[in-house]
Order: sequence, then C-alpha cells, then structure tokens
Amino acid sequence: MDMQVKKKLGLKDRYALMTRDLGWDTTYQPMEKVFPYDRYEGIKIHDWDKWEDPFRLTMDAYWKYQGEKEKKLYAVMEAFAQNNGHLGVTDARYLNAIKLFIQGVSPLEYYAHRGFAHAGRHFSGVGARVACQMQSIDELRHFQTQVHTISNYNKHYNGMHSFRHMFDRVWYLSVPKSFFEDALSAGPFEFLTSVSFSFEYVLTNLLFVPFMSGAAYNGDMATVTFGFSAQSDESRHMTLGLECIKFMLEQDPDNVPIVQAWMDKWFWRGYRLLTLVGMMMDYMLPKRVMSWAEAWEIYVEQNGGALFKDLARYGIRPPKGLAQATADKHHITHQAWGTFYNYAAAAPFHTWIPEKDEMEWLSAKYPDTFDKHYRPRLEHWREQDAAGNRFYNKTLPMLCNTCQIPMLFTEPGDPTKICYRESDYLGDKFHFCSDGCKEIFDHEPAKYAQSWLPVHQIYQGNCFPEGTDPTKEGFEPLPAVLDYYGMNFGRDNLDFNVSEDKRNFEQWRGPSSSNT
Amino acid sequence: MAVTAIKDYAFPARDRVENFHGAQLLFIGWEDHLLFAAPHAFPFPPAMPFRAVVEQVLPGVYGYHPDFAQIDWRRVEWLKSGQPFAPDLDKSLADNGLKHKDVIRFRTPGLTGIAGSCS
Repeated sequence: MDMQVKKKLGLKDRYALMTRDLGWDTTYQPMEKVFPYDRYEGIKIHDWDKWEDPFRLTMDAYWKYQGEKEKKLYAVMEAFAQNNGHLGVTDARYLNAIKLFIQGVSPLEYYAHRGFAHAGRHFSGVGARVACQMQSIDELRHFQTQVHTISNYNKHYNGMHSFRHMFDRVWYLSVPKSFFEDALSAGPFEFLTSVSFSFEYVLTNLLFVPFMSGAAYNGDMATVTFGFSAQSDESRHMTLGLECIKFMLEQDPDNVPIVQAWMDKWFWRGYRLLTLVGMMMDYMLPKRVMSWAEAWEIYVEQNGGALFKDLARYGIRPPKGLAQATADKHHITHQAWGTFYNYAAAAPFHTWIPEKDEMEWLSAKYPDTFDKHYRPRLEHWREQDAAGNRFYNKTLPMLCNTCQIPMLFTEPGDPTKICYRESDYLGDKFHFCSDGCKEIFDHEPAKYAQSWLPVHQIYQGNCFPEGTDPTKEGFEPLPAVLDYYGMNFGRDNLDFNVSEDKRNFEQWRGPSSSNT
Repeated sequence: MAVTAIKDYAFPARDRVENFHGAQLLFIGWEDHLLFAAPHAFPFPPAMPFRAVVEQVLPGVYGYHPDFAQIDWRRVEWLKSGQPFAPDLDKSLADNGLKHKDVIRFRTPGLTGIAGSCS
C-alpha cells in the first residue's frame, strides 16, 4: 500500500492553525451582537490582526509544560508532609503570613481564573481570546496548587479552615474581594489593564517576591515551590499585560486618555491592596527579607520608572498617585499593623508586638518615622499587655468607601492626622481615605454607591447567622458576627502570645531542639 | 455618566438610611490619638441627645487611653466634615444638624497622645 506520510507541521504553521485559525467571523448574527463587551468601554480597535500573541504557545505544548511542573511540585509537597515540614518554619508567628495568603490572595487567583475566562470569551480578536483562555487555566492551577500546599498547614494550625467562606464575609477580606470584583465587573479592556498590567506587570513583584522570599527565609519550602511553579506563568502574564496596553495605545489616539485614567485608578487600588503585603513584610515575618520601603524603591521607583519612560512615547505619564505612594512608604505598614493589633479579636489571624530586636530593625529601616511616630504606640501597648490589659478595640471602624480599608491613612505630609475626604452623591455623604480613592469614586459614583462595606452591613443586620434575632434582650453582636464569619473565638483570633498555635508549635518543636 | 456600563445602571445606594432600621450612621474621630487606628462608625437614633454620645458612648470607646480621663470637655473643639462645629449637648443629633453618614471629630487641646507622639 502506498502511504502518503505528511511532513510534520512547522512551528509557524502549527502555531497559526492552533491559535488564530481557531477563530471565525460569525454570519448568522452580526459580530457586534456576539461580542458586545469589547465596545462599550470606548476603546477603538481597527485591526485585531495587529495584536501580537504574547504567549507563543499552543494548547498541546501548554499541557505538556504544565504537567511536568505539576509532577515536580506534588513530589515536593509529598516530601514536605512526610518530613513534618510544618515544624520547620522559623517560628509559629510565620504561619500568620500563610493565613493572610490563603485568606486574601488565593481567592484572588480564582477570581483571576473567572475574569480571564470572561475576557477570553468576549474579545472579538482571536489572539487576545486564546491568550486570555490560557491565562484563565493558569490562574485556576495557581489557586489549586496553593490550596493543596497550604492544606498541609491547615491540618496543624488555626485560621485556615474556612478561607473560602471567610473571603465573602470577613471585614478585612472585603479589601481584596472588592478590588477584584471592581475589575471583574468592568469591561474586558479595563480588566486587562487592572489585572494584567497594573497588578501583574507594575506591582506583581511587590506581591510575589515578598511572599516567596519570605517563605524561603522562614523555612517554608512548600510555599517556595508553588511560587516557583507559578513563576514561568507569571512572566507570560506580564507579557500579556504589556501587549494589551501597547495594542490599545497603538490602535487609536482616542484610547490614550481612557487607558491613562485606568492606569491612575488601578495603580492606586493595587497600591492600597498591597498595604497588607507591606505589613506582612515589616511585621509578620520572623526572619525579614527586606523592608516595604526598600521593596518599593527597587520594584516601583526603579523598575516602574523605566517602564513609564518607555510608555511616554505613546503619551502616557506615570500614574497620578505615584508620588503620594512613594512619600507614604515610610508609614503605611506601621499604620496597618496597628490597625490589625486594634482589631485582633475580629480577624482570623494573630497579631503581636514586635520583639526588641525587631523594633531595632524597624528603627534602622525607617529612621525618620518609626521611633518618632510608631514606637511609642507599640511600647505602650506592650506595657499594657504585660500588665494584663491587652488592647482590643471593640468599636467598628469607619471605612473608605472605595478601597474599603479602615480610615487609617494619614494626611499627605502629616502623619499625626487621619486623612478625611468626602463626596456627596444621591443625597448622602461618601467617605474616603485619600484623594486617590475619592477620585475613583467621583469618576463612577454609581458603581461605588453599591460597595458592600462590612461595617455598614453589620449595622444593617446582614452579618449574623441565619435565624439570629438581634432585637432579643442581651443580644451580643460580636460573637454573632464571628459566628457568621466561621471563626472560632479564642483559636483563630486574639494575640499570638495566648494562641493555641504558639502553644502547639512549642510543644511539637521543643523535643527536636532541646533536651527537655 | 455615573458609571461605564453596557446598559442603564441606576440603583439606590446600598447604605441609604432606610436600611438601618431607624438608626443613622455617625462617624467619630479623636484627633491626635492614633492609638485608635481609625475613626469609629456608630448606628445612632437621630433623636439621641448629643450628650449621650459624649457621656455614655465615648468613655467605652476611648476610655482605654490615659488621656481620656484628662479631657476638659468645655475646651473640646469639634469639627464636622472638617469645618468648626458647635454641638448643643442637650439637643438631639438631628437637631444638631447631624445627618446620616456625617463625620465629626473632636480635638482635645493640650492632649497629644502617648509621649506626645499623637498616638
């Protein structure tokens, strides 16, 4: 029999067939009805063929690469579990960084999966669709590997048991949740500007480097490994972010002011969200990597500066809030840690006062601000705690209507005064922590008038377990709210020094490091 | 346009006063005392006398601070939305002109927090 063996497809043909060739123009329905979402934001696209594929990857190759990475990762996780890796960390305070991660970051990976699936359906350009679909699968994988890795800690320590339930309810988690829901409920171009560009390109190093180096410094090899496994994906994601920005800017000059406004907005929203990471770096890692201020200098002032120089030729300037954020780098982490210290009864991780040598570290890293503004506060709390009078703030805080963080930030140039800003809309006042958050509201007030502010929701009676009667005599709201959050009072919350985590870690680890 | 949306998007605010079961929100901050991380939010009936806020609510909120016992309430300076404000202690919140989601602050001259650090 005569067999005609076809030559193997070249890389280029194969790539064309398995990406761009998968799309077609619809005929039963007009294209604009099939793809309504990529028009209403005002972005004008004249030629989708000019889109350059950032990934250069076909699905079959994608499965192969990811499968190899998974095998390595799960082997490390297995070894970690078998060797009691949960006892290898520097000390049990470190676990609170992991709690912050599983409660506040991993659910964002899942949101990113959903967001890219949506964008991967709604761009009318096939190149953009394929890239978004691949990233959507990446994000789902990241979520899964993080949950699997951290589940090993969940077997031994508190506060990680109901992270998904908590994400939709706990007051501080409304900060990451509302950030991502703001992006998800925007159109696909704004979504890519917010997540792919502002977050993944401009700010991502401030999220992943601190967590992954923090893990390495503190003996948490499992977290380091999922970090590495995600890293090659992240570099593809950054490429997508930059490509999308350049594509929009090159397609039509009318796109420039829209993109600039999104960059201003999402820089500020991302920066506000990263307050949590900065606090983790300066206060939660027993063995510190670098300070928030140092990370800001390297990753934003230096690297970001180069990026925006490059974008200047399109008529793009650096984000509006950059100077403010840079000036605030000496303050926000201390202010945030003080806030969680205040509300330690209501958050599902522990807080504490830094040890003496840690105070020295903070003083050296923040020579102009720490001793003057923040040390007296911490030392007062420590004295009170030693006298059996640990401070727990029991009154709910006022929140910023945009970033949903308690109004803890101070006036530009005056760290002794809380910064208050407000706008009037629909006959009511709306309050903000900063000019950046006020401007975001003023641009789209109808959107943020729907903010689900945890404090206001509690006062509206929406945060108690079903069947609770808040009008009953002797009703205590705090236990009911914590019950609704899925928190175990006395185990998941309060000061680290009275925690079960601390006690258990000492009991388990003790025999391996001492003779008694 | 109040929002970039694919179709009409107009809804009453989520935090309108009707949703608070007869209460209205009042935000209160104590200037120069950042040991309390942020101003506080309270649901108060509009008919509540301002005196009740000062004498019955604030001690429970701020009494932890060593400065609180030293406050001379006759010298306290009040601000509403950043502007000077002269509340009448015996009038209700509503009669003092306080509406839903108003923000007031009080400054206590001479008291500057832990070791003068505004904490």
